Amino acid sequence: MEKDEYFRMYREMVVIRRLEERSAELYQQGKIGGFLHLYIGQEAVSTGLISARKPQDRVITAYRDHGVAINCGLSAREVMAELLGKATGCSKGKGGSMHLADVTKNFWGGHAIVGAHLPIATGLALGDAYKGEKNVTICMFGDGATNIGFFHEALNMSKIWNLPVLWVCENNQYGMGTAVERASAVSEIIQKAQAYAMPSRRVDGMDVMAMRQAAEEMIEAIRNGAGPMLMEAMTYRFRGHSMGDPERYRKPEEVHRYQENDPIGIFRKYLQENGIATEEELNQLDDEAEAIVEDAVQFAEASPEPQPHELFEHIYVEA
Amino acid sequence: MARITMREAISQALWEEMERDPNVFILGEEVGVWGGTYAVTKGFYDHFGPERVRDTPIAEAGIIGAAIGAALTGLRPVAELMTINFAFSAMDHIVNQAAKLHYMFGGQMVLPMVIRAVGGGGRQLGATHSQTPDAVFAHFPGLKVVAPGTPADAKGLLKAAIRSNDPILFIEHATLYQMRGEVPEGDYTVPIGKSTIQRPGRDVTIVTYSKMLEISLKAADQLAKEGIEVEIVDLRTLRPLDMEPVLESFKKTNRAVIVEEGWKSYGVGAEIASRIYEEAFDYVDAPIRRVAQKEVPLPYNRTLEQMALPKVEDVIQAVKEVLNG
Repeated sequence: MEKDEYFRMYREMVVIRRLEERSAELYQQGKIGGFLHLYIGQEAVSTGLISARKPQDRVITAYRDHGVAINCGLSAREVMAELLGKATGCSKGKGGSMHLADVTKNFWGGHAIVGAHLPIATGLALGDAYKGEKNVTICMFGDGATNIGFFHEALNMSKIWNLPVLWVCENNQYGMGTAVERASAVSEIIQKAQAYAMPSRRVDGMDVMAMRQAAEEMIEAIRNGAGPMLMEAMTYRFRGHSMGDPERYRKPEEVHRYQENDPIGIFRKYLQENGIATEEELNQLDDEAEAIVEDAVQFAEASPEPQPHELFEHIYVEA
Repeated sequence: MARITMREAISQALWEEMERDPNVFILGEEVGVWGGTYAVTKGFYDHFGPERVRDTPIAEAGIIGAAIGAALTGLRPVAELMTINFAFSAMDHIVNQAAKLHYMFGGQMVLPMVIRAVGGGGRQLGATHSQTPDAVFAHFPGLKVVAPGTPADAKGLLKAAIRSNDPILFIEHATLYQMRGEVPEGDYTVPIGKSTIQRPGRDVTIVTYSKMLEISLKAADQLAKEGIEVEIVDLRTLRPLDMEPVLESFKKTNRAVIVEEGWKSYGVGAEIASRIYEEAFDYVDAPIRRVAQKEVPLPYNRTLEQMALPKVEDVIQAVKEVLNG
């Protein structure tokens, strides 16, 4: 991997972190409405994963989607503008935090109904297979989604049709406030792949390089016709399920233990120990990320509200 | 013009569209090897092959979800739900996903897809297999809901639906498949979202669609023998709803009966009647009547089932009531 690529990945992780810290502030100020599900702690998962895709590979995810959007190449500006509900947002202010997308970048959206996007991912891959395209669909979802019927229908169909899908479970160990072992009959999600004769792999989701390597191998195999596979990324969200989560279901010590294993810190250490980046270079990247996010906040705050006529636009393509 | 059945008309529309556009494909339960549980896709599998006539597991959410995803990639899937009753298993994907993705993502996502679903009662299939929940689906902006009442409309509307870039629920009535009617030769479409006058008349306006068009036409024939001329408006599309022909007709007759197979409460009749009151109140000469299914889950027993479904006599009685009202 080139130095530029390491730097790009590191900067992306910091942009995601800063963007979400700032969005939490803006939420407290009442500038962001609705639900806000922060990705803080999970940045290594999507950064490693999506850095391994080719631009023609499709990505679709759940409602915890800010980081995935940034990794897919959406600008911090259009993400922040969407969080503020502005006309300049990637979904024109109609989607909000849970519904970011840019189909021109093959980011097929954040989806807010748990598990509902999995059958859609099957269809995206079916579309590629039908047309003979060698694209892979990457579908991300939480551990909670694996207890929903949609998960089983989607995995089964992807396997019987040998579709090019990488199913990525971000196991952050809680579906809202319910621990995975209290919600799922098997706490190792990879075991569920066995029910569909699907190759699977458990990966350290706090380690961006481990994610990158596993994703490269699995995406390549799928592109070469291996059929669908499931990756379980072991991760942890440092914040609550959404803003206003009282977090009664886990002890502060547990959260602190993971925070000491911060994926950005782990990557920082990796870059320095392997002589890829110096302290100064990393600080420089931190500053760049900070500036990108501050610019995004200013852009979003200065952006116009959607016009009243936009209320009735995009209900249908055809009148 | 050839006289063919509704089944043949729908089958022709599908066949011709698949010949015309390689992006059109079919998926659903038993659509392939079996030939469709209502035999609509008989012969398709051998001609078009398993990629384009794709048998699925019994997994309705999976089917509609896959259709949505494929449509997002630019294909034109026609997903068959064996009956509309099974649509409830795919409710999220129909009303939460298909109906909303275009709007919610600011117009980025385009879903050129059709869901074909067989609806209606009258075949002794019991409460869970005999429903007419058309109004439920028509409730949701973002979805288009089409329900033809003649073979000619069925063919033209289905072709238009397949060519449309919007998600469309196309409801076929189980007991209309054997109905015969004149169907034009050659390629043609019928516009979605346009109601039409199926029978002209001067005394009372009947507003109806799908299977109830047939019932209403029979009632009209009998009423004509008594010198009562009803005008019948066939809605054909429930959303978007085209009220123009309804209002024009009502302004002429000043009386209306709405005939639907679904339950009366919160139904299509409630919507139409309310719109007439809102938009043509000055023309009202008598309270608008609704003919609909009795408010029960449909029973299996034939006699009881027939008691619950709207009949020709119910329509005749309602017309006479509004004439005397």
